Amino acid sequence: MLHIVNKSATDRGSLESCLAMATKGSAVLLIEDAVYAATTGGAAAAKIQAASADLKIYALGPDLAARGMAARVLDGVNVVDYAGFVDLVAEHKSCQSWL
Amino acid sequence: MSDMDEMDDGSGIVKKFMFLNRKAPHGTVYALEGLEVVLITAAFDQDVSMVFTDDGVYQLLKGIDTKGIEVKDFSKTYRALDGYDIEKLYVDQASMDARGLTEDDLIVDVTVLSVDEMANLMAEQDVVISF
Repeated sequence: MLHIVNKSATDRGSLESCLAMATKGSAVLLIEDAVYAATTGGAAAAKIQAASADLKIYALGPDLAARGMAARVLDGVNVVDYAGFVDLVAEHKSCQSWL
Repeated sequence: MSDMDEMDDGSGIVKKFMFLNRKAPHGTVYALEGLEVVLITAAFDQDVSMVFTDDGVYQLLKGIDTKGIEVKDFSKTYRALDGYDIEKLYVDQASMDARGLTEDDLIVDVTVLSVDEMANLMAEQDVVISF
């Protein structure tokens, strides 16, 4: 299953809800303001790094660049472009957007 | 003298305005809208302070490149603010710390305030507008 999160983890609880419900082997794609969670130094960095042991964590590159965060991506996070976003949706049987 | 001189049309009154920015850029329209209202307020010669706290500190990051998401890059506008006599830019220390950011990461010169200093600054305003 693919989980998509688009809200900042320091503003809303949607990333936390997602990580609590995502089962082992699932994919989590961070887009829009959620990409801050995939960067070094932030409050959510430890949660993402811990989660990456059981989950595949992706972040959308254009959203990282638009936020000045392209050079701060955490190890273990896979950066994808829009074509990669489409591939992830196509590869997974179902999607949940944590709006 | 004419009667006009005795009428108070409100021009010439200067109030202290604080614009409180708490949202990251791009994910919502708040940051861009707030910036536009700040510029309008300054055109009326008001005493403007801009405050960046919580995710609002992300608005001031260097190295923003919005080409990939096809939206306007308004981050350079923050550097033009002093051309509009907006020189009071404040960021919240705790918000910076929580996001692993320092002043060196920011596109403009700012004054970093503790939460107590921020509270005092807010208390002395005539008008507080939140984005």
